[in-house]
Amino acid sequence: MTKPSEAVARQACQDVNLDPTRLLDVLHIVQKECRCVDDSAIDAIAAEMGIPRVRVDGAVTFYTFFTKEPVGQITIRLSSDIIDRLQGAQEVADALTDELGIDFGQITADGLFSLHWTSCIGMSDQAPAALVGDTMVTHLTAETARLMVRSLREHKHPPKLVQELGDGKNAHPLVHTMVKNNIRQPGSIIFGPINRGEAIRKALGMTPVEVIRAMKTSRLRGRGGAGFPAGLKWEFTRAATGDRKYIICNADEGEPGTFKDRVLLTELPDRIFAGMTIAGYAIGAQEGIVYLRGEYAYLKPYLEEVLAQRRVEGWLGQDIAGKQGYHFDIRIQLGAGAYICGEETSLISSLEGTRGDPKNRPPFPAQHGYLGYPTVVNNCETLCCVTKILENGAATFSEFGTEQSSGTKLLSISGDCTAPGIYEVEFGVSLQKVLEMAGATQVQAVQVGGPSGQLIGPDQFDRVLCFDDLATGGSIMIFDQSRKILDIVHAFMEFFVEESCGYCTPCRVGNVLLKEGLQRVLDGRGEPADLEQFEQVGAMMKACSRCGLGQTSWRPVVTSLQSFRDQYESRVADDPDGFRRSFDLKKAVATAEKITGRKSVHA
Amino acid sequence: MSQTITLKIDGVEIKAQPGQKVIEAADAAGVYIPRLCHKPGLEPFGSCRLCTVLANGRPCSACTTPVVEGMVVENETESLQNFRKQIIEMLFVEGNHFCMFCEKSGNCELQAVAYRFGITAPTFPYQWPHREVDASHPDILIDHNRCILCGRCVRTSRDLDGKHVFDFVGRGCEKKIGVNADSRLADTNADISDQALDACPVGALLRKQTAYQTPIGQRLYDLEPIGSEIESTGNTN
Repeated sequence: MTKPSEAVARQACQDVNLDPTRLLDVLHIVQKECRCVDDSAIDAIAAEMGIPRVRVDGAVTFYTFFTKEPVGQITIRLSSDIIDRLQGAQEVADALTDELGIDFGQITADGLFSLHWTSCIGMSDQAPAALVGDTMVTHLTAETARLMVRSLREHKHPPKLVQELGDGKNAHPLVHTMVKNNIRQPGSIIFGPINRGEAIRKALGMTPVEVIRAMKTSRLRGRGGAGFPAGLKWEFTRAATGDRKYIICNADEGEPGTFKDRVLLTELPDRIFAGMTIAGYAIGAQEGIVYLRGEYAYLKPYLEEVLAQRRVEGWLGQDIAGKQGYHFDIRIQLGAGAYICGEETSLISSLEGTRGDPKNRPPFPAQHGYLGYPTVVNNCETLCCVTKILENGAATFSEFGTEQSSGTKLLSISGDCTAPGIYEVEFGVSLQKVLEMAGATQVQAVQVGGPSGQLIGPDQFDRVLCFDDLATGGSIMIFDQSRKILDIVHAFMEFFVEESCGYCTPCRVGNVLLKEGLQRVLDGRGEPADLEQFEQVGAMMKACSRCGLGQTSWRPVVTSLQSFRDQYESRVADDPDGFRRSFDLKKAVATAEKITGRKSVHA
Repeated sequence: MSQTITLKIDGVEIKAQPGQKVIEAADAAGVYIPRLCHKPGLEPFGSCRLCTVLANGRPCSACTTPVVEGMVVENETESLQNFRKQIIEMLFVEGNHFCMFCEKSGNCELQAVAYRFGITAPTFPYQWPHREVDASHPDILIDHNRCILCGRCVRTSRDLDGKHVFDFVGRGCEKKIGVNADSRLADTNADISDQALDACPVGALLRKQTAYQTPIGQRLYDLEPIGSEIESTGNTN
């Protein structure tokens, strides 16, 4: 039996000192203990915290990992990402539904299991994968999926599914996962030699302004995808007035096909935390927050341990590294399954304990960020670069890469290749070279930068990876000649429909219309005018959407239409009689036929 | 205020006050920028995106973007008007808008902007979603079929009525207006005198027993298109 949700909710509110900005933590506790956040829990949280219940309801219904209806004691969330699907997720799904006797979205009669599809969980290099409770299960097959269910029935304890441990820190007792790092090509910056404490010591020996100048000299640009100059972001935040300032680490990588932050958090968390400590010194912040995606909850105990160790060693806390007056500490906030929260202003909304809606800009976070204070949000990889820049010097860093894109980039390579995994490459490398490194042959198409990037064909493989040509947050998905382009694009649009926050019209409706239009084309009911409309909708979404999600989510359709137009054109035609081919007469009269009990003579 | 800002909208120079948003400056100058989620007196929201303009060449929502000295704003360009038509059509097809018998017809801002843009029927396919009606309250009706998620009721109830009767629940195309109770408006402290009821631009939030009182021909937008009130009162210097 589960505990009464009201009591759990009240206690959880007390645990966070009735601080409404910690609402996500409260909801995590209630969801875990009660398997849902039901109406009585919502009432209790609202009463205890003194906030409107509809605000609590709004947050619960925003995040995928919170549910108002009970889920199973063990939740099995199978990754619906295209890479998982192309590598057999559907066979795994069929085995699971058969073995459990339920469909996706359902719970077994005994309440032990519930089955869910979920967006990319950051395991594309070891797909198909599922999140079972907080435990990652990788390389699933129909057979291992069945065995998994049977063994769970026995012990009811997902961590026991881990028999063979992954490499490196994946085997650490606090991580204890079968996940593998798959670091295929370590480079000399991110994966360069570890020199513990060196970067912080050097930074604290400089003035904050000198640290920012070093960032600018290095020409470091944000690694999340947008590529904003990091030094400039810090400078704006330092210059902004505020009683407090914050440095936030964006560890919410959700772009399908991306898993580099997973590896950084596993192997180099000290480098990330050092980068935050340096950033805090430079901008004048005393608090840092890591926003960790809910899917990576399995890393949280280990990351907490790393933070505790840093406190013991004096790298966090009061008078850091003996520097009088510099106090800085870091806490971890766990997300709850929302791709949009990787967008920096949505991430801030989520940290504030509300729905993860993006905010209006201006004002930018540098002026008005977390709780209204000047805030820097940097990606995990950017922060690792910060540490190395201080360690080795800005000039050494900027020797790598190109004029506009200095340093190296981590690529998360997945799909049809012999060596999926992490590659640290210098900016300026050609896509062709990258494909060779990964052992990809017979390549039909590559999705560069994840679904919000672009789908390109072999005629463009000589293009280079950098901010001015093929910009990427790191996701590289490879598709060989056996794959159907339109199916891939359709899967991406399903993802965006699922993950749009729904705040603005262009994204909320545009993604749905593009997905349905694509479905018409796939069903053989598309017309040439549909293709024109895709491009018009894309142009509108790019210009009018409120945040980066809608400004880029049209790209799978429009970029594939540019690179693979023949695959669309071979499926569309005008109706010889001038009717709309999209109009399905049979379907349109079906309800009327049912009501009247008569058959239409024309349908 | 002592200091005045000068900017240009579609080549016409206008004066603005520091701190004003582009749409406020345009309104004061008699330039109409189409909008649905914006309402004077409420916190800027930026959800409908109908007021998207180019400010110094970059697209942004006029209701959330502050004026800057020397700003060059493009408003009635062919491509922006085309984008706005698409947005209006999207709002029509994502819900169920039955103008022919809606109480709000003639006074509805969505219908009025559609007429202003010469839209007779959407080119996008209708979604025909299943949406609820909440008629539990004795004096007030919520019809989610006609809601465009502009959040004007949310902001008005929260900031002007001081009640927080409404807020958003759900995500993406499942997003909708929720009420501050388990499920029914009747269980909230919503009242017929709430200003939130006047904030709704469409027929989603209605006072019961007040419909069809104005004869056709005398309704708000029967004679002049929406935006005329701004264009006629403004002062373009």
